[in-house]
Amino acid sequence: MELDWYLGLSAVLFSIGVIGVLTRRNAIVILMCAELMLNAVNLTLVSLSAQMGDIHGQILVFFSLSVAAAEAAVGLAIIIAIYRNHLSVDITKINLLRW
Amino acid sequence: METFFFFFFATLSIAAAIAMITSRDTVNSALFLVVNLVAVAGIFLLLKAQFLAVVQVLVYAGAIMVLFLFVIMLLNLNSEERFFSEFRIKYGIAFILSVLMLSLLVYAVADATNTLPVLSPDSAHIGTVEALGDTLFVTYILPVLSTAILLTAAVVGALMLAQRKNSGKKES
Repeated sequence: MELDWYLGLSAVLFSIGVIGVLTRRNAIVILMCAELMLNAVNLTLVSLSAQMGDIHGQILVFFSLSVAAAEAAVGLAIIIAIYRNHLSVDITKINLLRW
Repeated sequence: METFFFFFFATLSIAAAIAMITSRDTVNSALFLVVNLVAVAGIFLLLKAQFLAVVQVLVYAGAIMVLFLFVIMLLNLNSEERFFSEFRIKYGIAFILSVLMLSLLVYAVADATNTLPVLSPDSAHIGTVEALGDTLFVTYILPVLSTAILLTAAVVGALMLAQRKNSGKKES
């Protein structure tokens, strides 16, 4: 397979994640779309690493995975805290920091 | 054979991603994301990154998605009503922006891949546990330990954020 196909698939997945972040109103789904985008970037790193024969791309993916795990834990804790105050995770109803 | 598996996994992952952002039920979204992550793990296998494929299934599709599903079922959310009925202009603008970004990415990819060197034959075993662990625990031992600190801080921070305060303004 050509490298272009892998990079193109990664770009498509990233764009689907962007559409999800921009259109959905549920904060949990927005976090999941962020995970989707992180995963698309991981795919780019792995395909370029395989193409160049260089292991450092896969090392970066390893660290990206652990950062994604930390981000999911903290983000879900924030969502639980918001839900306790507002009884909703709809981001159109959460306007404390909005003008 | 590789082409067949690539298109199988690529179609599966794109279909699961689209189904994830269009399904109304949050639990269905999470399950479609699991399908997407497993498909991407298959593509990692095609790229001879065996260790990362296993870690992807274990950490992403296993641990992180169980966390998401646990929170979704804990909060007992209703599915979103009026998903596409209002703010059609907003959705149109979001779609146009995303398509623009996709075309930009594809343009950059198509422009840059000609400058890469051809695949070297010794790159077939860079994704094994042995090679990755060798680099990870010799060259990158300090970042690995920093990751441990980061994960500890994240767990403590998540506990601090999510615990119920007795003197809070709202008991619910």
